[in-house]
Amino acid sequence: MTGSSLQGLLSGSIIAGTPLLYATLGEVIGERAGIINLGLEGVMLMGAAVGFSTTVQTGNPALGVFAAALAGALFNMIFGFLVIERRANQLASGLALMFCGAGLSALLGAPYIGSQIKGLNEIRIPILSDLPVAGTILFHYDILVYLVVPIAILVWWALFYTRWGLSLRAVGEKPTAVFAAGRHPYRLQYEALFVAGLLGGIAGAYLSLAVAKTWAEWMTAGRGFVAVALVIFSKWHPLRAIAGALLFGGAIALQLQMQARGVPISPFLLDMLPYLLSLGVLAVWGGARRHAAPASLGQVFRGTE
Amino acid sequence: MNRKRSSKGFAFLILLTGLVVAIILSLTGTPSAQPKLKVGILHIGSIADAGYNQAHAEGAQIMKKNLPNVELIEVENVPEGADAERVMENMIRQGARLIIPASFGYLDPALRVAKKYPDVKFVHPGGYKLAPNLGTYWASTPEAFYLMGIAAGKTTKTNKLGYVVALPISFFLANVNAFHLGAQSVNPKVETRVVFTGTFLDPGKEATAANALLDQGVDVLGVIVDSPITVVQAAEKRGAFSVGYHYTGVQKFAPKGWISGVAFTWGELYTRFAKQVMDGTWKSEALLGNLASDYLTIAPFGPAVSPAAVELVNAKKKEFISGKLNVFQGPIKDNKGVERVKAGEAFPIAALGKMDWLVEGVIGQAK
Repeated sequence: MTGSSLQGLLSGSIIAGTPLLYATLGEVIGERAGIINLGLEGVMLMGAAVGFSTTVQTGNPALGVFAAALAGALFNMIFGFLVIERRANQLASGLALMFCGAGLSALLGAPYIGSQIKGLNEIRIPILSDLPVAGTILFHYDILVYLVVPIAILVWWALFYTRWGLSLRAVGEKPTAVFAAGRHPYRLQYEALFVAGLLGGIAGAYLSLAVAKTWAEWMTAGRGFVAVALVIFSKWHPLRAIAGALLFGGAIALQLQMQARGVPISPFLLDMLPYLLSLGVLAVWGGARRHAAPASLGQVFRGTE
Repeated sequence: MNRKRSSKGFAFLILLTGLVVAIILSLTGTPSAQPKLKVGILHIGSIADAGYNQAHAEGAQIMKKNLPNVELIEVENVPEGADAERVMENMIRQGARLIIPASFGYLDPALRVAKKYPDVKFVHPGGYKLAPNLGTYWASTPEAFYLMGIAAGKTTKTNKLGYVVALPISFFLANVNAFHLGAQSVNPKVETRVVFTGTFLDPGKEATAANALLDQGVDVLGVIVDSPITVVQAAEKRGAFSVGYHYTGVQKFAPKGWISGVAFTWGELYTRFAKQVMDGTWKSEALLGNLASDYLTIAPFGPAVSPAAVELVNAKKKEFISGKLNVFQGPIKDNKGVERVKAGEAFPIAALGKMDWLVEGVIGQAK
């Protein structure tokens, strides 16, 4: 493989992996608080549509990202109301949220289909961007790419090194203990879902504002579900999610690069590559149970009767 | 005193209301406002996609403009299958007498509805089955793609062309083949790389595919997916040229690198269909147009194309129309080295649906 196509593969992996990582980090936080959200796809779609329409209206992609994050968070509050307040089944509510998000985003985005935006600007970092190989691979992106790894570290720190994170993880494991310690599990779960929604919205906005620079219905094309799978893949750990997202993004970029290079393998087979890779990694890693799912995942705290 | 004044006001209000009601009644009662023909059109996606759907939607609007007594019932985002049947029946209940189910996958639902309502006429794009009240229309595109290839082959600086294509289905393979043969006819050093995304709509993946091709040194990108916006913009951003498909108005996304595009302009054809239904001369047929038809167009050329290349494209277009030139004129080998068309023969346009190979010089896998 030549140098330039290796560079292309790496930057392709980073661009394909970034929205996956934002979404995965959000889902990690939610699931650590005991809530599995299959509606992530809908949250991302809301972020993509609101981010794009705001950017068209204001001409300011930064404002678009901000609006997308807020839209994702508020939309996730609907889910929170269902599964926390009304104690509805999380899986069914999540699927309902996904379809609701798909429909609502289609409605909101419809007037903006075919609109033109400038999108997020590439930010060049003096000196670093001019480095011969590493410069082009690592330092010619927009702000959301530069921020994603620091955010992953921040999520890791917040979950494992703050009181809030400790309580949040405790809610996911044993909510009665949190309740007994004098903190309210519901409030923590709402907070977790709010942050998860912020990150899910940013994930969607990254697709519509930076990668595609367009809005199309259902443009997330299943990435929300990939992110839910990546949470399991990364064993509910924010730092392992970086590797997972990069690996999956890399598999998408690799299969398209292989086609562009003319590798004599059927495009149908290559299209399965990211999924085959995931299956392979799960088969190898799947046995280790040390970082299993949060004990109360999917269950709702019903008080201490 | 007060009471008297208020009762006067009351009477005045009654009078006013009566007057308004009378005006409304007289307006709605006018028989001359009745339309002569209601036309229903179904779209699979959004009509602002700068692609397949917008081309059909604009055609319907032109028909409406040409024929003021035509009323349009338009529905977007109709899934193929039972939903499409329901939408069509609903249109018929609203009085539609001509239905345009504008997606390939609407063929079977349309045939079922057509059987139920023999008085309603249907015209379907690209269909391969007919019914007494269902006709089909499409235009054969390889010749137009050949012309795009000529323009691209004359414009490229790296001699590497690329195509982002949804799926390796025969008609798309034929278009890519024709594009390459056209480019090769003016630039023997040229190669065409093709990447299949596996889906008609995933802008994120389309962008990654476009970048993968640009990484290989490709400097002209063509695209066959639902909406060309992403790929055309990706090419523009990295200073490459682009070729569009389906809709004429894509150029605004690539003001510098735009070459041209193959576009459908359905307006006049839809006008003819509506007229025929109104005067009772419509008959079921399988219409297949070509470069001579008014519904297959070469989009305006961008500034990247030299005047000499434009002239050559126009000359070759005339040769196609007069039948002097054939896209798939043998000998043609596929990219595995197998001879597909013998010298002195030509691949029949009617058999395009069976083309499952890519010509020599195209880098990619047809299956």
